[in-house]
Amino acid sequence: MSLPSATLLAQSVLSGVFIGALYGLLGLGLSLSWGMLRQINLAHFALAFLGAYLTHQLTGSAHWDPLATLLVIVPAFFLAGVVLQLVFARFAITPFNSLLVTFGLTVIIESGIQAIWTADPLMLDTAYGHAKFKLGALYVPLPELLTLLLSTALAVLTWAALRFTDLGKAMRAATEDAKAAAAFGVDVQRLSLLLSGVSAAFAGVAGLCLALSFTLAPSQIYAWIGVVFAAVMIGGLGNPLGPLVAGIVIGVSESVTMAITAPAWAPLVSFTLLIFVLLARAEKI
Amino acid sequence: MTIRISARTGIVIAGLALSAVPLLKLPAFYESFMYLVFYWVVLATSWNILSGYSGYFSFGHGAFFGIGMYTTATLAGQLGVPFLWTLPIAAAVSALFGMGLGAIVFRVGRLRGELFALITLAVTFVVATIVLNTPIDGGQGVNLGGVKLPALMATPAATLYMLALALAVATVWIAHAIYQSRLGLGLFAIHDDEDVAEVLGVPTFRFKIVALGISCALAGVAGAIHAMFVSYVTVGETFSVFVPLTVVLMSVLGGTRHWLGPAVGATVITGLLYVFTAGDFAVAGRAAVGLILVVVILFMPDGLMGRFVHAARKRPAAEEGSPASPAVPPAAPPVPGRAAIPGGEPLLTVRGLVKSFRGLRAVDGVDLVVKRGEILGLVGPNGSGKSTMINVISGHYRASAGSVVFAGRGELAGLPAHRVAHAGIARTYQIPRPFSHLTVLENVALPGMFGRARLARPEAEREARTWLEFTGLAAKADALPEDLNLHQRKFLELARALASRPQLLLLDEVLSGLTPSEIDGAIRTIRAIRDQGATIVFVEHVMRAVMELTDRIVVLNNGRVIAGGAPADVMARPEVVTAYLGKPHAAVA
Repeated sequence: MSLPSATLLAQSVLSGVFIGALYGLLGLGLSLSWGMLRQINLAHFALAFLGAYLTHQLTGSAHWDPLATLLVIVPAFFLAGVVLQLVFARFAITPFNSLLVTFGLTVIIESGIQAIWTADPLMLDTAYGHAKFKLGALYVPLPELLTLLLSTALAVLTWAALRFTDLGKAMRAATEDAKAAAAFGVDVQRLSLLLSGVSAAFAGVAGLCLALSFTLAPSQIYAWIGVVFAAVMIGGLGNPLGPLVAGIVIGVSESVTMAITAPAWAPLVSFTLLIFVLLARAEKI
Repeated sequence: MTIRISARTGIVIAGLALSAVPLLKLPAFYESFMYLVFYWVVLATSWNILSGYSGYFSFGHGAFFGIGMYTTATLAGQLGVPFLWTLPIAAAVSALFGMGLGAIVFRVGRLRGELFALITLAVTFVVATIVLNTPIDGGQGVNLGGVKLPALMATPAATLYMLALALAVATVWIAHAIYQSRLGLGLFAIHDDEDVAEVLGVPTFRFKIVALGISCALAGVAGAIHAMFVSYVTVGETFSVFVPLTVVLMSVLGGTRHWLGPAVGATVITGLLYVFTAGDFAVAGRAAVGLILVVVILFMPDGLMGRFVHAARKRPAAEEGSPASPAVPPAAPPVPGRAAIPGGEPLLTVRGLVKSFRGLRAVDGVDLVVKRGEILGLVGPNGSGKSTMINVISGHYRASAGSVVFAGRGELAGLPAHRVAHAGIARTYQIPRPFSHLTVLENVALPGMFGRARLARPEAEREARTWLEFTGLAAKADALPEDLNLHQRKFLELARALASRPQLLLLDEVLSGLTPSEIDGAIRTIRAIRDQGATIVFVEHVMRAVMELTDRIVVLNNGRVIAGGAPADVMARPEVVTAYLGKPHAAVA
């Protein structure tokens, strides 16, 4: 184990920040629906990949600008999130059963993706993909920078909306005590539909980022689950800034580990971190 | 009794019948398919012993199973240990790993279920990473092609078939035995309400560890056998998310509250996976399995066996007596216990008790003596610390400072709640907290089995019936708590506390929400309880009942004792009136 050069180390910290931003973006919707709706939504990952494949389709075959695809994907996914919440509310699903139902959905979406786009890996080829610029000695790829900006913007916006708007305050009240909030005139049902829709729309945005920076394959859906859940748990459920911060911490520690030791050891870092944080936090009840 | 014998005999008979299959000399395909059915039956059933019975969902079954697999791969494949010897070692390694993990995670109080699920998921990745990067696997996978399979049967396929069958029979048998045992009842109680289970004397921590150990050991053996079946062991195949999720799916489909549920689910899903994913429709097949999962959870959350059992269970016709009638105790309460001992000597001595929640001192240096045979009223305005006192004495909360000495047992402060229950202290909850999936009879039998008396189940049930008689719930013995009205639930709470044969009974607002005539009945019942020798601490807001029942009262305000003595005397004191009603106008004079 030899220490890599300062430039290499700085480059891996930077790439850790970028990957962490994507963890945070994927975790944002997950954290909101888990913390505020008590839904553990595994299908969030499948939705993100569905979004990525749609982005790929629209840019690759129909030659749209990648960012323009959001105009279609975001409203469509918002609707999908609303429908999901309608079903969950109709059947009064418990958190654990929501996990199982959304796992079923994940498998269905994965099969659908495989049927349409095959299991072969796809890589989006756009002008964004090749664009990178140099910052001192470090390379900054544009798609990753875009991910960081989107992730930060959405997290901060969500945080501000929950904190400063009446709607956000109503939402936090409904999370705290749905019955009491309803008694004070908060329409809990409508808020939960909105929240579920927003969360799914965030999955669509994450899909765009996935499509810009990563090779897509249906089986990759499962590769993200563990580490993103780690970011959500470490960041604190329902806290919009938590997944981003925790995601970046995980991302940086992973990529530094990769630079110092072998890449295969990276999962050990994030999950050991998760286990310690969970145990440390849960102790102070 | 008859059901018990026939179920286990049935398991063995089914096993013997299936063991004849290799004699039919069917094509090897059938043996392999049946092997997979048994393999999934073992994994799903072993998962269910902890997760289904106690409600602690584990997503780490892939890790526990994979540890067994790699134990055999390492010992048999790399070190030349004979295969059969590796089976018990795989069980032991996997069980030790699981119990070590449990010993850490189960110590954590809150977020228990979710925390356990996520940690087990995370641990799977950690184990996979370690195995992948060390010589255990080294990234290449382990080839077991050279390991000799003992020639128990004519062909290797038949040998693996028999091993998996034997393990499946053993696993289902164990699942059934636990289902019927104290351990099983304790796990079901943990599932419904862990805090209450602990307070009634169930050693929840130990039970969870034991169940996890058994679950892991069985999964470990399944992994050991499966290592030989696949003969080439890789990290990617072993530690995938697929194993735990399939196991969960099978158990939920079959029904997690039934010992046979996971086996049924495993058989159905293995069949479906084969039918759908073999051949050209693999993708559609996966989607179909996903769809089945969604539909089952939405429309049949209790699973196939849950539905079957539900239909088979005959609910007693709802009986609507007049609300007050069940509350009247029988002329002579059917009491297993001692005659009343005249009061005087202290039974419980509380000294300087403090309980703080962050900054708030809910109980702030309370001294209190409860004398044997008395009814002590503990009163005070809302938030004065009464319920916290009960929670600390019963061991639910750990005292921040001070001591609680129980006659004959010594210091109780710091003991876990189930040890306090064993010492002979029982409590009721202000808002009844019955075990919602257990019948009324089982609810009341449980403290007899886990409390001071530690009765066997039949005896505990017999005694439970007398307590149900006593509280007027005899007709509801086979009903579920959800079928009871509030008044009946309050009495179920009382019957459950009495069934542990307590020396000291802590009653937390048993009368709140009852009608005046129901209160009259309840007062008679509580008198009858005292007359058989129990000592009672009575927390109550219904002042009429306090004045009628108690020998002595202690008034709490802001976590401190502000008065104590004979009821009529104490309630007339100005500082007590102030605490209850605000500043009295008399103070001005």
